[in-house]
Amino acid sequence: MSSSLASRRSTGQPDIATATPPQPTRRPSQSRTRSNLSGWGFATPFLVFFLVFLVWPILYGIYMSLTGKSLTGANDSLIGFANYAEALADADMWRSLGNTFYFTVISTVPLVLVALVMAALLNVGLPAQWLWRLSYFAPYLLASTVVSLFFTWMYNPQLGLINDSLSKIGLPKVAWLNDPNVAMWAIVIATLWWTVGFNFLLYLAAMQNIPVQHYEAASLDGAGAWRQFFSITLPQLTPTTVMIVLLQILASMKIFDQVYQMTAGGPGGSTRPVVQYIFETGFTGYRLGYSAAISYIFFGLIVLVSVMQFAVTRRRSA
Amino acid sequence: MATPTLTRPAPRTSTSEGLRRLRKKMTAGKIAALVVAAFIAVLWLIPFAWATATAFKTETDAAAPKVSWMPPSGFTAEAFVKVFQDGNIPLWTWNSFYTSAAITAITLVISALVAYALSRIDFKGKKVLMTVIIASIIIPPPVLIIPLFYQMLALHLIDTSWAIILPQVIHPAMVFVLKKFFDQIPRELEEAAVMDGASRLRIFTQIILPLSRPILAAVAIFVFIGAWNNFLWPFIATNDGALLTLPVGLQTIKSAYGIQYAQNMASALLAALPLILVFLFFQRQIIKGVATTGLAGT
Repeated sequence: MSSSLASRRSTGQPDIATATPPQPTRRPSQSRTRSNLSGWGFATPFLVFFLVFLVWPILYGIYMSLTGKSLTGANDSLIGFANYAEALADADMWRSLGNTFYFTVISTVPLVLVALVMAALLNVGLPAQWLWRLSYFAPYLLASTVVSLFFTWMYNPQLGLINDSLSKIGLPKVAWLNDPNVAMWAIVIATLWWTVGFNFLLYLAAMQNIPVQHYEAASLDGAGAWRQFFSITLPQLTPTTVMIVLLQILASMKIFDQVYQMTAGGPGGSTRPVVQYIFETGFTGYRLGYSAAISYIFFGLIVLVSVMQFAVTRRRSA
Repeated sequence: MATPTLTRPAPRTSTSEGLRRLRKKMTAGKIAALVVAAFIAVLWLIPFAWATATAFKTETDAAAPKVSWMPPSGFTAEAFVKVFQDGNIPLWTWNSFYTSAAITAITLVISALVAYALSRIDFKGKKVLMTVIIASIIIPPPVLIIPLFYQMLALHLIDTSWAIILPQVIHPAMVFVLKKFFDQIPRELEEAAVMDGASRLRIFTQIILPLSRPILAAVAIFVFIGAWNNFLWPFIATNDGALLTLPVGLQTIKSAYGIQYAQNMASALLAALPLILVFLFFQRQIIKGVATTGLAGT
């Protein structure tokens, strides 16, 4: 570094002396090379990690998906698109993709709406802001395992708090995690409790950035609180809402932890998401090549969803 | 979008002033909001409360068919004592702490360096680099578990902490967040240093970094929480009991304790404690961190 510093000095000084004042932005080609060097120099540490732990696995994963590679006996030979063909005909893969898609659809609506309601309530200007923020956001800090332990215990059919409360108010008991028709909803409830605080904070931050003059003008015109919320707050939040929905869909599509820990994908595969299917085919079924192929089908779907979202938001803002 | 709140806190106070004025006009509405907010808060605190109540029961009371907040044999700390005696929770907490700290440190250093280059230095291929980094935001980590596992096997890193740490340090979205912050730092501040012939690295460490403390803290918090709570990758990367992180270790508890509900809840609460304490102390910074990096992340 010190030698480049010295050379910068020695070449820099005559430049200043000879350069004509009207064009000081023009740089000699030597400094161009130098900034190329320092630019890539600064980028190198990140690039090394990026290439080794992101780009290489992506490329190697594609290669793996074209082989019969397994964890037990290595069969590295290329078998073309056989894994993909098999996956596309695999009812279990489609079912796990369907479960992932179903979870994403039914979880996104409450995860956005409840967050909006929470933020709107606080934005009214309630006392003890920290207390509300703490209660709504604290679950987000928990590990998925802690959340799963909490909810498995609360969902316990005989000893659980939820069924006990239900029967106290005269409602029938529910086999939360054991009923294939209910299990996914049980996971949505746990996920809502766990992660809604993140969306809530994003909404709250966005609401507090809305200029107060809008509200002042509206209240001079006699607009009430509801009117102000629907005519000022909601429209001003549109970009935030779009962003939260996008982030939420992408996050929900990656669901694995809480399902694996609470139901292990059951009962009868009714909650098994695609990430769990990838994990199982790779690590319990030992079929790494096949598992990689499913990963890329899933990846392709995520790219498709992102592109569609991008197109929709673009059209809306255009 | 959220960076202005960091650099100038003025709009926030004016918002709350305006709200204070509004408040007088809608006291009834405010009370209604308070009631609803309190109702949600109670719902949101029940899992914590119920876990705490269970953790302080005897195993017999916890498994009693009659569900009650107040156990017949009174409360006892015996579940906590048992969990603590087996020694796993402190070990797992330590493992989580140092792997998360290492991930956060490496992420900050490499991301800030490349973000500085993207923000301030004109170099050939910059646009391509920027595009590649932005495009990589979309890659879902679970898609890479199979090739990453194979890579760790090949590098002989399985069952070392490096297998947990190394693949978690790439956060393209955070590079973007840092770059946006650096873009806002006035160039005049560097010009004097450039005239004095200071090197890029010196400008970066002595001018840019000190001015970027708020965003560095925000990114650090965001990355740390994510690493601390990550389950899938550490679950795959280690089988060595001595290296398990808290979330992975807790997963083994369920089967080990079987139906020991009080011990399960005591473990879960002990595992939750560190981040909840950190949150109580650094509430402001954590909220700002999540809001800033979350909002700017797209």
